[in-house]
Amino acid sequence: MAGLFMFPASVGAQDETGFTGQINVRDGEGGKVPIEGIRFVVEDGSGVVGEGVTDADGVFFIPVPAGTYSIAVDVDSIPEGITLRNPDRPQLDDLDINDGQSRNVLFPLLGEGVVSTVGAGGDGLATRALRLAIDGIIFGLIIAMCSIGLSLIFGTTGLTNFAHGELVTVGALGALLFNSTGGFGIHIVLAAILAVLLAAAAGGVNEKFLWRPLRRRGTGLIAMLVISIGLSILGRYVLLYLAGGNRQKYEQFGTQTPFEIGPVSMVPRDLWIIGLSVVTLVLVALAVQRTKTGKAMRAVADNRDLAESSGIDVDRVILTVWVMGGGLAGFGGVLFGLNQGIRWDMGFELLLLMFAAVTLGGLGTAYGPLFGSLIVGLFINLSTLVVPPEVKNVGALLILVVILLVRPQGLFGQRERIG
Amino acid sequence: MDWAGILSESARQFVGIQAMYFAIAAIGLNIHFGFTGLLNFGHAGFLAVGAYGLGVTVFWLEWPWWVGIIVGLLASIVFALILGIPTLRLRADYLAIVTIAAAEIVRISVRTTALADVTGGSNGLNGFNRDFTALNPYNDSFLGFRPDQLWPLTVGWIIVLLSVGVTYLLMRSPWGRVLKAVREDEDAARALGKNAYSIKMQSLILGGIFGALAGMIWVLAQGSIQPSPQDFGAPKTFFIWVAMILGGTGRLWGPVIGSMIFSALLQFTDLTLRGAVSAGYIPEWLMDGVQVGQMRFILMGLGLMLLMVFRPQGIFGDRREMALDV
Repeated sequence: MAGLFMFPASVGAQDETGFTGQINVRDGEGGKVPIEGIRFVVEDGSGVVGEGVTDADGVFFIPVPAGTYSIAVDVDSIPEGITLRNPDRPQLDDLDINDGQSRNVLFPLLGEGVVSTVGAGGDGLATRALRLAIDGIIFGLIIAMCSIGLSLIFGTTGLTNFAHGELVTVGALGALLFNSTGGFGIHIVLAAILAVLLAAAAGGVNEKFLWRPLRRRGTGLIAMLVISIGLSILGRYVLLYLAGGNRQKYEQFGTQTPFEIGPVSMVPRDLWIIGLSVVTLVLVALAVQRTKTGKAMRAVADNRDLAESSGIDVDRVILTVWVMGGGLAGFGGVLFGLNQGIRWDMGFELLLLMFAAVTLGGLGTAYGPLFGSLIVGLFINLSTLVVPPEVKNVGALLILVVILLVRPQGLFGQRERIG
Repeated sequence: MDWAGILSESARQFVGIQAMYFAIAAIGLNIHFGFTGLLNFGHAGFLAVGAYGLGVTVFWLEWPWWVGIIVGLLASIVFALILGIPTLRLRADYLAIVTIAAAEIVRISVRTTALADVTGGSNGLNGFNRDFTALNPYNDSFLGFRPDQLWPLTVGWIIVLLSVGVTYLLMRSPWGRVLKAVREDEDAARALGKNAYSIKMQSLILGGIFGALAGMIWVLAQGSIQPSPQDFGAPKTFFIWVAMILGGTGRLWGPVIGSMIFSALLQFTDLTLRGAVSAGYIPEWLMDGVQVGQMRFILMGLGLMLLMVFRPQGIFGDRREMALDV
């Protein structure tokens, strides 16, 4: 049995505030082999504040402001054959960091035999890419669910709804309120259903008491766009006012035992997220394709005046779109909250990615956002193979700029939609 | 509650640092939105590009501060080109989405650890304003402003006046009339042989330069660059929007007056709420010290909505100037 230790590193940005360290194993000859891809998560009292993954030199650095934190090693990310020497201590608590201090942390590791293959790296990269791809699909499905409403609202009313992210947050925070012991203490499944209804109602209220009266007054689209920005800020900060600024978790969140599928391990939570979102998206697609209301929606999105003159109640269809879009956004918010915790500005964070996804897929179409979202989700997560995780969203926003340059109507849009 | 203190403190904000740099930024935004009809929702990005252009040049390259200002202005021109080339041929709302995204890209990028050697990462930059403050001729406080505040204020308000002057001359020139023609009816302007794309690009660059100037004078006054969301994030952009709409879009003095009133108004509500909370008029469970700070954003959002619904022309605006739409 070879003893594996994590050696305090003298590399990295030394005058930066944060956690650092280097992970090596001793191979048979006593030489050091760095281990790539071990993930660390830093939390403060309120939730995750940063995470980092060891690079090809086995080095990681997690920038955080001065303060007191706990740092945990992600046990799933430790390669096979290596274990923590103290399996019941994957987390170090109450670590103080002063301004300008980069603090070394130490997790003693044990391993047997297989050490040299770990250092080889090629296999590790593929596994990491696979794991990131799964994360990307999960994230993409969540974005897809949130952005269908955004795209359909644009298609039927012409409104670019900047306040759509707040419907996502309403769903996530609503579920938290119903679920937390400080709130109603209902089980997460029931709480999630109530939260989706809440977000759907919020969407309906939006349309009925704000946008429909504005359309009746003949308010221009650009004025409405600015109003939706005002609503977005108002909603976001009211939610902050009510819920506080910390990242929170659902009661039944807990740590789940992962299980192995091939080379990657997954927690049951992630499987639930994938299953629920795929089922929901398929149902929505069927509804839009087959039902009378769905056909009416597509008709209004295609040509409003023609739809109206052929007897479709346009106002009712638009209200349905808002209620459905709100509910889907709320459900996306619940799943996003399950995946990454709940914060008052999570919706706004997601909004820009939704725009990227919708533009990529084709603004105003019903199915474009689905493909756009999956591409954005995959791209964001896979890009962390080469760029630091903190800038991963930049890549998605760059896609947005590039797609506008080369194919502004999106992958599935029709050319004449773009004026 | 100390009403006299609150009122005098708020009144000072009519001419304070925030009103000053908001005014310059809003003049730029007014060229974008008010005169050309461009939906720039990433104005904070222009402020950031200007501020970092200056800060990085002086702090890391140790070049004189006036070189830093030139670098900042050039950087804002490049930023405007990057924003404009993909979007200005498309419908107006694409520019909105891309500008808001680009401002986020700038904000996230400058604070990453990967660029910490250039931008200072999450610590930001400081000490780049020494040569600027060394020129300070003031020794005494005036109206409650310290000498080190009076100097950037003087420079800043001179820039405001010059900017208004430049805008005035430009908007009554043939170029300005083409700008307004593009805003009113792009197809008609094109039919008359005007290159709408090029005119919109020039407008985006010009307004962006004012944005960069605002960012530079602001960080010179502040003495440091903080890459926090409050400083260069989306809320900053929308504060400037509210200030502009409040004063009146498409009007020469609208953005200046709007910025002055908006800054004083923000300070007034802030201090009044704070006073009411500490005096116990507002119970603790309803609002605490942290929540007072959030109220200004809530009021900004509400203000933006109400203004656009009920008085889109602002205080001094002309409703006909706001008739633009897609």
